[in-house]
Amino acid sequence: METGIFYILAAIILTSALMVVSLRNIFHSALMLILCFFAVAGLYITLDADFLAAVQVLIYVGAVTILMIFAVMVTHQLTGTTMRQVNEQPIPAALIIIVLFILLAIAITQTGFEVIGKFPLMPTVAAIGTALMTVYVLPFEIVSLVLLVALIGAIIIARRD
Amino acid sequence: MVGNYGYAGVWVLVGIGFVLFTFFFARLIRPQRPNPNKLKNYECGEFPFSDSQLQFNVRYYIFALIFVIFDVEVVFLFPWAVVFKSLGLFAFVEMLIFIAILLFGLAYAWKKGALKWV
Repeated sequence: METGIFYILAAIILTSALMVVSLRNIFHSALMLILCFFAVAGLYITLDADFLAAVQVLIYVGAVTILMIFAVMVTHQLTGTTMRQVNEQPIPAALIIIVLFILLAIAITQTGFEVIGKFPLMPTVAAIGTALMTVYVLPFEIVSLVLLVALIGAIIIARRD
Repeated sequence: MVGNYGYAGVWVLVGIGFVLFTFFFARLIRPQRPNPNKLKNYECGEFPFSDSQLQFNVRYYIFALIFVIFDVEVVFLFPWAVVFKSLGLFAFVEMLIFIAILLFGLAYAWKKGALKWV
């Protein structure tokens, strides 16, 4: 059952990801990216990570892709045009991709992936909250600094025009 | 876990099927009379004066960026709110620091006029 769901979701993710890089209208690529992120959220649900799935929908589906669609809409040359989706340097790109593929294949086949005999934590949100507030206090506060830097950087870059 | 979300999956399928069925069924029963006027943009009865895919004001993008940053902040507020009572004052102070740092960014955006529509 779960394996079947995983294969269906993986097929959706791979197909939509391929369409993101191969469709000629960049707006359609952004819409396909939404489908891809949504299927990834489904993958998190099969891994018993419900909070992560909700965050995936909220941040990636709801915010990041909307930001990309905004970027397409405010850019005059991009809206409604079709473009070549082929790289100018196919041979170096192919070489790098082959090396990367071999490295990843070695890493995946060499890893054991042992199954631990624990049941998944059931309300995951409370466990994440406790961990954030006790063990991972410093990373948690650094997150707000990172967000602050992103905010200031965005304003500076956007206002220079 | 998957079982709990099985209903959601069923409704995703029902939603996709509903749209496909509606389009297919409408195509079956409607009359086919192509007309160039039917391909024009609909502007509430006015004559359309431009293409629908026009360039939008770049200011929308700044608002979207600020929205994304505070959206990420809210994601961190959720788990904190769930365990807030059991962790007490320490967690409260941590979240105050977290929000204070981001409030500084909001004040900066305000001062630089990024929140104003010019």
